Amino acid sequence: MSPMRRLAAILAGVVFSSHAAAAQTGDHPPDTMAARVLGCTSCHGAQGRGTDNDYFPRLAGKPSGYLYNQLVAFRDGRRRYPPMNYLLEFQPDSFLRLIADYFAEQNPPFPPRATPVVSPELLALGRGLTVNGDVARGIPACASCHNPRLTGMQPAVPGLLGLPSDYISAQLGAWRYGTRTSAEPDCMQMVASHLTETDVTALSAWLSSLPVPVNATQVPQGSLAMPLPCGSQPN
Amino acid sequence: MHRRLIPRSWRLPLVSGLALAMLVCGLKPVLAQTNQPNIVAAGEYLARAGDCMACHTAPGGKLLAGGHAMPTPFGTLYSTNITPDPDTGIGRWSADDFYRTMHEGRSRDGGLLYPAMPFGSYTKVTRADSDAIFAYLKSVPPVSLPNKENDLQFPYNNRALILGWRTLFFNEGTYRPDDSKPAQWNRGAYLVGGLGHCAMCHSAINALGGNSQSRAFEGGLIPMQNWYAPSLTSNKEAGLGNWSLAEISDYLRDGISHRGAVYGPMAEVVYDSLQYMTDKDTLAMAVYLKSLGEGSPPPPASSKVSSAESSLLMILGASVYDKQCAVCHGPEGRGMPPQYPPLASNQSIQMASAVNPIRMVLNGGFPPGTFGNLKPYGMPPFAQVLSDDEVAAVVTYIRTSWGNLGAPVSARNANALRSVPLN
Repeated sequence: MSPMRRLAAILAGVVFSSHAAAAQTGDHPPDTMAARVLGCTSCHGAQGRGTDNDYFPRLAGKPSGYLYNQLVAFRDGRRRYPPMNYLLEFQPDSFLRLIADYFAEQNPPFPPRATPVVSPELLALGRGLTVNGDVARGIPACASCHNPRLTGMQPAVPGLLGLPSDYISAQLGAWRYGTRTSAEPDCMQMVASHLTETDVTALSAWLSSLPVPVNATQVPQGSLAMPLPCGSQPN
Repeated sequence: MHRRLIPRSWRLPLVSGLALAMLVCGLKPVLAQTNQPNIVAAGEYLARAGDCMACHTAPGGKLLAGGHAMPTPFGTLYSTNITPDPDTGIGRWSADDFYRTMHEGRSRDGGLLYPAMPFGSYTKVTRADSDAIFAYLKSVPPVSLPNKENDLQFPYNNRALILGWRTLFFNEGTYRPDDSKPAQWNRGAYLVGGLGHCAMCHSAINALGGNSQSRAFEGGLIPMQNWYAPSLTSNKEAGLGNWSLAEISDYLRDGISHRGAVYGPMAEVVYDSLQYMTDKDTLAMAVYLKSLGEGSPPPPASSKVSSAESSLLMILGASVYDKQCAVCHGPEGRGMPPQYPPLASNQSIQMASAVNPIRMVLNGGFPPGTFGNLKPYGMPPFAQVLSDDEVAAVVTYIRTSWGNLGAPVSARNANALRSVPLN
């Protein structure tokens, strides 16, 4: 289709509102973090609640230390995703800390839970790895660090609930292939390197199928004896 | 210059603490010999002005230990270790050796440097400033890290070619003040033309990888980065002839101003270098840059987009603008400066090259977090929500509304920039 015809077709579908955006009356934008992070929430949803795009995860309510570590890792290139690396490239620690605090403090409603599309056997495998791990293969239980309720631990172990299956799968894959790394010792890289493709599918399906509890807060720092040293989590 | 990821940890130990620690420990022979912490502090300031750290520090690497990959159209170059390590750095160098590198573009062994090192600009630096930078470099922690071999394609891997390049493009010589101009103007000219090495990006790079002195500061597309470095001599681009000195100085030092914000590679320059400059120096640069903006106006905007197509683009563009942009930039494009830059009368939107406004719509961006703007306001990326037609439409709309005199852009122009490397 020629550009002209294509544009005409698009315009036929455009609903014209008369200046939908309110005219600005103030001289300055609001002096709030919400206004400063519009560059984040356009993809991650208002207040960082997540969107229906599985690769833009929810940020709201994750522990601030975890969010800060990710922001630093994106800025310094330890975690590779070019649009994030680009946005954060020239931001000082102090501002990244404010961004992390802002999203950690938000508590918007969770999106509807996904219905798993994998077999009961795979779900059982995912549940087993989550709750018990697999000692023979050197895989600790998710619950051992992320806490038995899977809502994370302060200050930097995130909760695992309310995340889309594809996102969890992509993160475990990114650790396995080295495009997502954390401060050494990189415990999640060690864990992910023991997982098979099937394990990843099972874990992603199981975790994304779980309901998010009403009180999804993290347990305090030091509540759990972690089975692996983690550079990103002070203990 | 090119994009990089710089660890921030090295920004904290400022000279006073560093110099004190060194004096206490007595481990730094240079300081022990000269006992001149002031020259080290002055040298660090000048090294900032020259942005040595940006290229000579690898992402996640140690300060000034080199190894930073610099992709060029001719292959990849790696910056060198300029810490005082005796075996892998410049620990055995003398101040004379260092000055020869800055002034002549020759290494300690006499070898010719590739012009990725901006010696074409650094040659203007005075001997005293070069010595101060050298004293600072000798004061940083030594790092043992061998230099990486450059990875250049044939025939560019033949260093003899540099001789030809130098003949064409290199004019050796310390900055000579223009006595007809005030001292402040001369200081600005010295910083912009010397350590600031602004001409490296703001002059067109020709096929030989050089830029012509006679066309200095006339702008050009930065190779490998796909950002357009605007002309500093044309007021239709980034010529600053009709900016106030305070606006220019704010822009350079804080990264935001009432006329516009820095983005792309200029955000890096502000973040790594210019935010550390004194008000006096950014003002001097402003005085000089403003005086450059007195060139003849460029030819009127022209576009390959037909007028029928551009009128459709304008209708669609107005709709996209109202929905996505007006909430911050205002229905009349006035923005809320300095946090939300104005689009009306914003030169960087109207330039003949539409690369930068298209990329800003696609990629969004935060101005750098600087001492003068510690909590910046970020613009969302729209690559994931707008189609090529919508990007072309809204960029056409902002380039041609509210008295702006840019030319329309097509969906093909927008699409071509979706795949460029982001950093």
